[in-house]
Amino acid sequence: MHTYAQARPSHERLAAGLGWFSLALGTAEIAAPRTMARLFGIPDDPRLVSVLRGFGAREIASGLGLLTQPEQPGWAWSRVGGDAIDLAFLGAAANEDSANHQRVAMAAAVVAGVAALDLICARGLQDHQDSRRALGIEPSHDVSVERAVTVGRPIAEVFAFWKGYENLPRFMQHLTSVETLAEGRTRWTATGPAGVSVSWDAETLVERENEWIAWRSLENADVDNSGSVRFQEAPGGRGTEVHVHLTYSPPAGQLGRGIAWLFGQEPGQQIKDDLRRFKQLMETGEIPLSEGLGLQRAAQPVRDVADVAAMAGVSPELVGAGARLEGGRA
Amino acid sequence: MKAACWHGRQDIHVEHVEDPRILNPRDAIIRITSTAICGSDLHLYNGFIPSMKKGDIIGHEFMGEVVETGTGVSTLRKGDRVVVPFPIACGHCEPCSRELYSLCENSNPNASMGEALWGYAPCGIFGYSHLMGGYPGGQAEYARVPFADVGPLKVPEELTDEQVLFLSDIFPTGFMAAEACGIRKGDVVAVWGCGPVGQFAIKSAYMLGAAKVIAIDRFPYRLRVAAEQGGAETINYEDVSVSDALREMTAGRGPDHCIDAVGLEGHAPGLKGAYDKAKTMMMLETDRPVALREAIMNCRSGGTISVAGVYGGFIDKFPMGAIVNRALTIKSGQTHVHRYMRPLLERIRSGEIDPSFVITHRLSLDQVSEGYSTFSGKEDECLKVVMTP
Repeated sequence: MHTYAQARPSHERLAAGLGWFSLALGTAEIAAPRTMARLFGIPDDPRLVSVLRGFGAREIASGLGLLTQPEQPGWAWSRVGGDAIDLAFLGAAANEDSANHQRVAMAAAVVAGVAALDLICARGLQDHQDSRRALGIEPSHDVSVERAVTVGRPIAEVFAFWKGYENLPRFMQHLTSVETLAEGRTRWTATGPAGVSVSWDAETLVERENEWIAWRSLENADVDNSGSVRFQEAPGGRGTEVHVHLTYSPPAGQLGRGIAWLFGQEPGQQIKDDLRRFKQLMETGEIPLSEGLGLQRAAQPVRDVADVAAMAGVSPELVGAGARLEGGRA
Repeated sequence: MKAACWHGRQDIHVEHVEDPRILNPRDAIIRITSTAICGSDLHLYNGFIPSMKKGDIIGHEFMGEVVETGTGVSTLRKGDRVVVPFPIACGHCEPCSRELYSLCENSNPNASMGEALWGYAPCGIFGYSHLMGGYPGGQAEYARVPFADVGPLKVPEELTDEQVLFLSDIFPTGFMAAEACGIRKGDVVAVWGCGPVGQFAIKSAYMLGAAKVIAIDRFPYRLRVAAEQGGAETINYEDVSVSDALREMTAGRGPDHCIDAVGLEGHAPGLKGAYDKAKTMMMLETDRPVALREAIMNCRSGGTISVAGVYGGFIDKFPMGAIVNRALTIKSGQTHVHRYMRPLLERIRSGEIDPSFVITHRLSLDQVSEGYSTFSGKEDECLKVVMTP
């Protein structure tokens, strides 16, 4: 059974919740420390009130930290420490004669409850970070994209088209070529709008007939990336389900910016559009073009057919009256 | 070539543009001999359809002669006389193989725009916004027709352009609207809107066995055509209460099925109409569903609401309670024209219907601006404009 789950891990969601709690409490402590003092049952003493203001500043710092970096255990630990200080403060305040002992006890109980949540959150985040470190996964900004398409053609045909890696540039907008170097070795080349060309070698990890293809870039690649495609018969004779999973770690700096276009602004959208072109090619034998592609130009005939091809990111061999029909419907 | 280009709200005029070229192997180029303005083109003219760009060639009801074909088209030859269906369909995807051509999954190159607005994308349509593919339309001297091996229908020489032109859209659209009602013996069908689609819905409802068709509009000349040509009983909603009249004309049962052939620019007298006009002006809703609401409220329990009029976005005060509690069925969709062209051509050929009865204005393409303003303003008893390039 496959469950689609891309939600944030539960500890991160808890961290965000605690972050909002911190912000609200901190704001109240800074803006209305005397009201808050009365609420907590501690004496309305200028000394204690200024301490409460200080606590407010601490809460806001923790809150902002938790909200902006919910994956970092440090901010949750800072809340655990803050809880300890709060409890000590409430204990001291309870000894003052003018304290409302019932209210202080209630405030302490609430702090203890929140402290338990803080501890759960901090430990959860810590475990997650530790296990990633142990596996050698740096807290990186890997991009991972999963998209799927149903192609109304038999699985063997769809698989064969993918397996021939050299077909990929026909529908993947930014790929210029994929050459087979040797058994299980391929060289991928992509060109961007500014003419920046990037090339890398990849090795095939898995090639299971009509089921699964997976590859990974080799050490020398500028962009560390890997991909897999799973093929599955669609129900009721609807053809073949194609599930693509790509991951890559964009490098920093100049090259990183150069690489951004490779997967588009929105990598999920880019892959989705590529898969749509794949479906069109397999089902209709062509990638239908329109003169008014996107909102780039008016829907009017073009002087040069090659312009439309370039705009659509379709290989020139697929364009024009005598273009060859690719895919299953030739 | 000359082509009608959209330049903004109520600004459509003829321009000189490049001649179309074949882009895909399954394309054909058609030299257009007749082209019409559709009621739905008025939504473009009045600025209701998003994703238009200045210079877009519009028009989706056209026919002509094949002048060039790509290598992938073996069913057509140079010189063939064809009518072109307005939806572009690949013929091979799952919806196409189920004859749901307007849901073609491959013919809209701008599918991601449709997905953003509607969840999933519809097919491509000639000259009907970038959302529908960004294809140049057929109010021009020539047009490129994608998937030409699937769409264009060859028509016999003995029939005139005017007799077969409307196979491209409005005749199938009116027919599909009536067919969707699942008319049984004795059924009464009410049709909101007596524009060209409404007129064909009336005729089609009778063809499919309706006992009575009631036509609703506010223009006497359109109601007259519905009565004289279509044999409908009529209601002018500016003179009487539609609801009272329908109850009276159906002896309290209500019409068994209701067809909305009005769409998003509906009008209503008094407060009801002012409400939606104000809301659309404040951008609180995009469409004015006055006819649709009235159709729902007046349909007999268990009946069908068949929506042929075009809606583009979001509507307000939708009477869902009436639909649920009275088990009404809503049917809609852009027309699967390819499915109806052949059988309806047979009805024309056999003399059962001559679709040219809706034509009131015959113009040249150069007069396109005049055509739009006359049709949009319902001036000079305008019902249908046909142009020759």
